[in-house]
Amino acid sequence: MITRMTTSTAIALVLTANGAMAQELTFLVDASADSVAVAEALTKAYSEKHPEITFDIETRPGGGEGDNIIKTRLATGEMADLFNYNSGSLLQALRPHRTLLPVDDLPNFGLINEAYASTVQGSDGKTYGVPFETAQGGGIYYHKPTYERLGLEVPLTWEQFMANNAKIAAETDAAPIAQTYRDTWTSQLLVLADFYNVLQQKPDFADLYTQNEAKFADTPEAQRGFEKLQEAYDAGYFNKDFGAATYNDGVAMVAKGEAAHYPMLTFAVGVFQQNVPDLMEDVGFFAQPGDDPDVNGLTLWMPASLYAPKTTEYPKIVKDFQNFVASTQGCDIITATIGATGPYLIDGCKLPDEVPGMVADMLPYFEGEGRTAPALEFLSPVKGPALEQLTVEVGSGIRDAVSAAELYDADVAKQAKQLGLPNW
Amino acid sequence: MTRKSAYPYWFFIPAGVIFAILFIVPTVASFYFSLTYWDPFEARFAGWDNYVQFFSEPFLVRGVLNTLFFAFLTSALKTGLGLLLAVLLTSGIFAQGFLRSVVFFPVLVSTIGVGLLFQELMHPTQGAINVALAAIGIDGPGWLVNPKLALFSVALVDVWRGVGLATLIYIAGLSTIGPEYYEAARIDGATRWQQFWRVTVPLVRPATNTVIVLSLIGGLRLFDLIWAMTRGGPGFSSDVLASVIYKQYQAGFWGLSTAGNVILFLMIAAIVAPLAWWLNRRELEA
Repeated sequence: MITRMTTSTAIALVLTANGAMAQELTFLVDASADSVAVAEALTKAYSEKHPEITFDIETRPGGGEGDNIIKTRLATGEMADLFNYNSGSLLQALRPHRTLLPVDDLPNFGLINEAYASTVQGSDGKTYGVPFETAQGGGIYYHKPTYERLGLEVPLTWEQFMANNAKIAAETDAAPIAQTYRDTWTSQLLVLADFYNVLQQKPDFADLYTQNEAKFADTPEAQRGFEKLQEAYDAGYFNKDFGAATYNDGVAMVAKGEAAHYPMLTFAVGVFQQNVPDLMEDVGFFAQPGDDPDVNGLTLWMPASLYAPKTTEYPKIVKDFQNFVASTQGCDIITATIGATGPYLIDGCKLPDEVPGMVADMLPYFEGEGRTAPALEFLSPVKGPALEQLTVEVGSGIRDAVSAAELYDADVAKQAKQLGLPNW
Repeated sequence: MTRKSAYPYWFFIPAGVIFAILFIVPTVASFYFSLTYWDPFEARFAGWDNYVQFFSEPFLVRGVLNTLFFAFLTSALKTGLGLLLAVLLTSGIFAQGFLRSVVFFPVLVSTIGVGLLFQELMHPTQGAINVALAAIGIDGPGWLVNPKLALFSVALVDVWRGVGLATLIYIAGLSTIGPEYYEAARIDGATRWQQFWRVTVPLVRPATNTVIVLSLIGGLRLFDLIWAMTRGGPGFSSDVLASVIYKQYQAGFWGLSTAGNVILFLMIAAIVAPLAWWLNRRELEA
C-alpha cells in the first residue's frame, strides 16, 4: 500500500513537473554576431514572460555549409525547434510545405508585410516564416567628407556616378570604388543591386526568367549590371589590393575615406557600428543608379526569417514565440540589441527617432511610391551558385560582361533542373 | 577440399562486414545516386543528365587541366627535391637528426593552417613576402590574386608542405643501399656525379616509385590547401576537379557532385593504375 501510494505520488509529481516546469526549446541560429545577439535577446525576453520556457541556442556556419546543415537536419528530423534561414529562392530548396510549420494562423499574421510574406511561401501558397531582421537594401556606401571636399552630389544616373569617380580618381589618393574579392560574395553587388533598374524597364523579367523565356545574355537591361562592373574595372577605379581585401576591409576603407564608394547591402550597418563606430556619420548611402535620372530606386533584400520544423515537439510554444517575434515588441527588442539597421516588415513597428545617417539615407526610398523593388532572388526561385565567381572574373578583368552573362545563364539552368521546374 | 588460407572463414567476417558497410555499399550507392537529382528529401532519376551536365560545365575543362598541371608539377618537384634533400641529410652533415625533423615538420602541420598562413604571407600589399621584396626594390606580384600565378603559388606551398614526406621515404630508400656499391664504383674510377646517377638513382628506384605514386595521387585529389588559400579563385583560375565538385555540393547539386566524384575516381584510377604497373615493371627489370 505504502509503496503503491509512493509510486502514484511520484507519477503525479513527474506529470505536474512536466506540465508546469522547465521546457527547453532548441534554437539553431547562424553564427554571425548580430544573429546570435538577436536570438539571445528575443528568447530572454520571451522567457521573462514565460518563466517555464527556456531556450538552448546553437550556432551553425553561414553560406553553403550552413545550407547543407539545415537541409540534412530537416531531412533526418533532427532540426531544432526554431531556426533562422534565408527567405526567397534558398527557402524553396527546403521544401517548406513538407518540412515546416505554416504561420498563417498566427494572431499577428495580418501585421506581416505582404511583399515579404510572398517570399516565404511554399508551393501550396501557405506562409512559413516571420521576419527575423529588418529589410535590407543593396546600394552604394559613400564617404561624405570626400563628397563635400570635391563638391560632388549623390548621383542619380550611372553616368553621374562614373563622373564622380573620375573626379575622385583625378583629385584624391582614395580609390573611387572599394572591391573586396577575398570574400567573393561581395563581388556580386553591382549586378544584384541593379535589379531595381532592370525591373523598371522590364517589369515581367522575373516571370519570363523563371519560365526559361528570358536570359541575362539576351536582355540588354539585365546585362547592364555586368557591364557596370566591367566599366568600373576598365576605368581602373578599384583599390590596389581588391583581390585580397575582405568585407571588413571594404567597410573600413569607405569609413576612413581610403575608398570613396563601397557597393554593399545595408546589413553592413552593424559592421560599421562594431568596427568603426566613431566614423559612422562620415558614411552615407545611395541606391545604385540606373540610366534615367527620373527612375531612381532601391533594390530590396528581404530579411532572413524565423522558421519552425514540422517535427518540433512543441508546436504551440514555437508558434507563440514566432507570434511574439512578429510583434512591435519583437521589433523593439531587435532595435535595442543591434540598433536600427533598416525598416521593419511588421505593421506598427517604428524606428527610433535617432538613426545613423546611413540608415536615414535609406528611408526616403521606402517612403516614395514605387521607389523600391525586390532583388531577383525574391521573385524567382532560380539563382545560380557561380555568380560570385563570375563577378570576381569580370571585376578582375579576366572575363568580359557578355561572356559572364552567358555563363551565368548556363549556371542557373542547373538550379532550375535541380528544383524540377517546368520548361527547363 | 583444399584450404589456401591459413585462417578459418569466420575469421574474415568482422573485416568483411566493415569493408562491405564502409566501402562497398557507399561505392555502389554513389554510382546509383550519380544518376539522380537528389537532396536529403528525395531522389529523382535523371539518367545520364548529371554526367552530361558535368562534362558541359564550362569550368570543368579548366579544372581538369589545372588538376593535371598541379599533380604533375608538384609530383615532379617533390620527387626531385626529395631525393636531393635525402642525399644531403644522409651525408652525415652537422646536426643531421635535427635537420631531418626540420624538413619533416611542415608535414605535421594542419593543411588548413598552412593555407591560411600563406594566404596572409602572400597578401599583395601587406603580406610578408611582398613587403620583404619591396624592401629590396622589387614590386612583388599578386601571388594568389593574379589568375596566372594563383595555381602556381599554391603548388609551391604544397611542395614545401609535402617534400618532407618524400625526403623521409628517400632516406629510408638510401639507407638500404650498401656502401659496397659505392666502394666498387670508386674503384672503377666513377666520379661523384657518376656515382649519383649510376648507383644512387637506379638503386633507390623503389622509393622513387612510391614517392611518384603517392604525390601524384595526393596532387590529383588535393582540395584542402586550394580551398584554404584561394577557394579556386580568382574566379575559376585555380579550380581543380575536387574544388569544382565541392562547389556543386555546396550549391545543393548533390547528384551532380556525386557524378563528379565518380569521374574523379575513374580519372585517378586511369592515371595511377597504368603508371604503377609501368613503374613496378621497370623496378623488376632494373
